[in-house]
Amino acid sequence: MSRVVVAHDNITDTRHPTMRDASTASSFSVHRGSMAEFHSLQEMKHSASLVMKVFIQRDYSEGTVCRFQTKFPPELDSRIEKILLEETVKTLNSFYAEAEKIGGQSYLEGCLACATAYVIFLCMETRYEKVLRKITSYIQDQNEKIYAPRGLLITDPIERGMRVLEISLFEDRGSGSSSPSSSTLSTGGGTR
Amino acid sequence: MSAVMISKKVRKWEKLPGKNTFCCDGRVMMARQKGVFYLTLFLIIGTCALFFAFECPYLAVHLSATIPVFAAVLFIFVIAMLLRTSFSDPGVLPRALPEEARFIEMEIEAANGNVPSGQRPPPRIRNVEINNQIVKLKYCYTCKIFRPPRASHCSICDNCVDRFDHHCPWVGNCVGKRNYRYFYMFTLSLSLLTIYIFTFDIVHVVMRSVDDGFLSTLKETPGTVLEVLVCFFTLWSVVGLTGFHTYLISLNQTTNEDIKGSWSGKNRVQNPYSHKNIFKNCCEVLCGPTYPSVLDRRGLMNEDLPISSSSAAQSASLSFNNSKSAQPITKTTAPLIPNEHAADAAKASVGASTEKTLSSPDDHRPPSSSAPPLASPETDAESSVTKDRKR
Repeated sequence: MSRVVVAHDNITDTRHPTMRDASTASSFSVHRGSMAEFHSLQEMKHSASLVMKVFIQRDYSEGTVCRFQTKFPPELDSRIEKILLEETVKTLNSFYAEAEKIGGQSYLEGCLACATAYVIFLCMETRYEKVLRKITSYIQDQNEKIYAPRGLLITDPIERGMRVLEISLFEDRGSGSSSPSSSTLSTGGGTR
Repeated sequence: MSAVMISKKVRKWEKLPGKNTFCCDGRVMMARQKGVFYLTLFLIIGTCALFFAFECPYLAVHLSATIPVFAAVLFIFVIAMLLRTSFSDPGVLPRALPEEARFIEMEIEAANGNVPSGQRPPPRIRNVEINNQIVKLKYCYTCKIFRPPRASHCSICDNCVDRFDHHCPWVGNCVGKRNYRYFYMFTLSLSLLTIYIFTFDIVHVVMRSVDDGFLSTLKETPGTVLEVLVCFFTLWSVVGLTGFHTYLISLNQTTNEDIKGSWSGKNRVQNPYSHKNIFKNCCEVLCGPTYPSVLDRRGLMNEDLPISSSSAAQSASLSFNNSKSAQPITKTTAPLIPNEHAADAAKASVGASTEKTLSSPDDHRPPSSSAPPLASPETDAESSVTKDRKR
């Protein structure tokens, strides 16, 4: 299992100099140059810093079915093309619609389960769970192919209670990011 | 100065906020007060035990052997439904993590604009249009989210529950989206069981009285009296409850909405969730998809515990995000991957070993604290290297 190690600012460095050297040597991949080009999630993990998070809310216009808004967040304007994000959200919405569809298969599943006093759920995977696995692999795939190269990361909605679609924005530490968000401290990039 | 850290793996249920009790290492989830649930179990098991002991031998011989068999099947079904209702997650919505809470707050402030000092800010409500009706979504100050439609906050369990019906002390749990159909099956099957036992008690007493006389029958089978009493009172309440919930299901309403009168009255909004067709409503509620729990109760997360002296304690506190004495310097260094919980989406793909911030579910931080640190505790080189060594 690879480690997530965060770069330090100078203050902690002076306190633990030896440790810093050891960790720097073993864990960092150094990014030279000004602009971040994240070629993989692994690279991003080693050298990126979280700038902010954007949350795409649920769209309740069709009831309580799980749907996310396709409205494009302005914070992502410079990061990703609108059409790509819309495509991702639309595909996710279609997955959720498939999971929550009330039709022949869901009736059959429900009646069969009731007849067995719902014991059958101990052995069988429900359709919803199957679709959720598909969604997880889809998001992973999208992250690797589309979002990580742009310094973004989508979090599976199930981990946020299916309330929001969380998109984390990263920026390459090496480019000396000074983010407007309160969540980061600029690390100066002195060692790079 | 080296910090020695123990990284302990805990299950996520141990760190969940809210007033639930968990058993079987997170597999079972109930409310705190379970006394009435034990009473329910006792009454059902006790009455059925008396039935099997006193009535069944006589009826099996003199009437039919299928009577006790059917009673046993019904009894098992009732207990299964009761346990399923009581032990499952009703549809609890996890609380918002700090970034999400802050994002929502910023949106609210932007929407409210400038409120002159001294004036109360407007209530936090979001309007959504569902099926051409305007539904108001309220903001939950405890969970820091705008509640989805039909969700409500249960004050007994201190959780927001999706499609909240009511908190039932008899089953010792909330009844919500995930366990409503089990609750309904429980009340239905319990009604049938009660009617069944009551009927056959009467049949048994009548049949035996013909042979032996009424008083001697009662002396021979004293359990019958007890059963008849319990069944009589249970009948009115449980059958009534089943009827009420059948009515609610046919209209696709929840008890909560019915009590508040959300969809009743002429000038008010009509129920936007109803399909206007009794059959369709019933099918959706009873035979709809089985929603998975969004609370990952049995997932693992790391908890850092500092184990040595003051020097270690100082550096340990840097890693232990919970600690109020955490130095702000390292705290604000950004983590690589947001690490609130172990099952972050990045985890699967990047294989990151994540340190947990125990920020959101923790009890130590007062609820009104303003900017809880976002950063993963693993901002300290030493602790990360120490963990590296442990691998």
